[in-house]
Amino acid sequence: MSNLRIQKISGHSGAPPGQGAQRQEQVAKLIDTTTCIGCKACEVACMEWNDLPFRETSFDNTYQTMPDMAWNYWTLIRFDEHTHADGSFQWLMRKDGCMHCADPGCLAACPADGAIVQYQNGIVDFQQDNCIGCQYCVIGCPFNVPKFNPHTKRVFKCTLCSDRVAQGLEPACIKACPTGCLHFGTKDDMKALGESRAQQLRDQSGFDHAGVYDPAGVGGTSVMYVLHDITNTEFYGGLPPDPRVPMTVRLWKGPLKWLGSLAMIGGLIGVTLHYLRYGPKTVPQPAKGDAPGGSQ
Amino acid sequence: MSGICRYTLEERVVHWTSAITYCYALATGLAFYTPHLYWVAAVLGGAVTSRFWHPIVALVFLASLAWTLRAWTGDMRITAADRQWGRAVGRYITNDDESLPPSDRFNLGQKYFFWVMVWGGAGLAVSGAILWFPKMIPWNLRFLRDAGVLVHVTCALITIGAFIIHVYMGTAMVRGGFTSIIRGEVSPAWAQLHHRLWYQRVIGK
Repeated sequence: MSNLRIQKISGHSGAPPGQGAQRQEQVAKLIDTTTCIGCKACEVACMEWNDLPFRETSFDNTYQTMPDMAWNYWTLIRFDEHTHADGSFQWLMRKDGCMHCADPGCLAACPADGAIVQYQNGIVDFQQDNCIGCQYCVIGCPFNVPKFNPHTKRVFKCTLCSDRVAQGLEPACIKACPTGCLHFGTKDDMKALGESRAQQLRDQSGFDHAGVYDPAGVGGTSVMYVLHDITNTEFYGGLPPDPRVPMTVRLWKGPLKWLGSLAMIGGLIGVTLHYLRYGPKTVPQPAKGDAPGGSQ
Repeated sequence: MSGICRYTLEERVVHWTSAITYCYALATGLAFYTPHLYWVAAVLGGAVTSRFWHPIVALVFLASLAWTLRAWTGDMRITAADRQWGRAVGRYITNDDESLPPSDRFNLGQKYFFWVMVWGGAGLAVSGAILWFPKMIPWNLRFLRDAGVLVHVTCALITIGAFIIHVYMGTAMVRGGFTSIIRGEVSPAWAQLHHRLWYQRVIGK
């Protein structure tokens, strides 16, 4: 969106044009899993606003719409019926989707100039026009979010409704949530709201380990969760406790890139210097009548 | 003047198949390796096209490599004579070829190049398959995806190092070498100087 300034560009040499030229608030979505009733209004709103085609749902004896997100299904309530040690049940519902990391692994891994951008407000957006379909973002993402369309060979995910946000509106899912478990605002406000809700859960509802999920391993995220139990994030549909961009992606895009480039340039310089110093290997001309063969 | 057949037509066709497909995979791969070389993809028809053909052309390269492996494994075994040659490699580098221990059809450097390409190619094939179809690797085995990027770039860089030396030696340094892989023949004097054991074998001495 034109009025969202870009702060990071994938596969780009040099700084993004316009970097730091504008002041823009960090935005964030706060998802309070403790008040989610799993109604899936957010799933429907996402499809409505983004004009995603309706698709078959599947029934797997749980409350979940389908096993995973898809290239044309960007948010999904993950449902877990968790049995506690004392035999009690708890229904855990987590609205899954892109986390909009401050340090996005997808963007780090992407080789295509401008296929993934991060706006100054923190939204990470895929630009399918620039996508080359290599799926490195699939490898770079610690949340298993980007989804590949094998037909168009492009990758898709939640945009955090960057088109709406650019116009000063909140994302469509927020608009649709009937319990108010979805919140949208500045990152600072959402963080404070989440912390106060976690405090309330700890003090008044007996959830001693309630907390806000804003993982530091990816620099924090623009989508945060309030969880009943921050010490067992994986109960919530496999939410990773400490997500990080894969170390190999870091090595590949860091030291291996410049060391490899230096080595290649060094190799070219090396063979050139060798030629200048020693020249070619020539075959000595045999004297006339010398057996066998002759000269070339 | 009678030339000695060094490379059959079949060997030359396969060599140039390897060469062209490797160069294509190299150029498109470098475009995805660093933003500073992304323009290479534009020259080759755009990044989408480059990404589409990179793994397919690489399959042709791997097929030609497999053919070469089958055909040349015998010639590429490293022998005691090679180790002797290897100890004297300084004289090879300084073009003091006449005082070197004799080599067979391929010298130790060529054998190393061959095995670097074979093992590098194997690493590129396995890691490339992972990068091509990352979703085939289940999420709980994703360390294999992570390893894939590292193995692919490492193997690529190792083969590039070998490739630079190979091209330099084949075109600029060893006169007659380039002609031999085009026309298939070398002069007896060339064979005697660079591959004496092979020369003696083929002329039946």
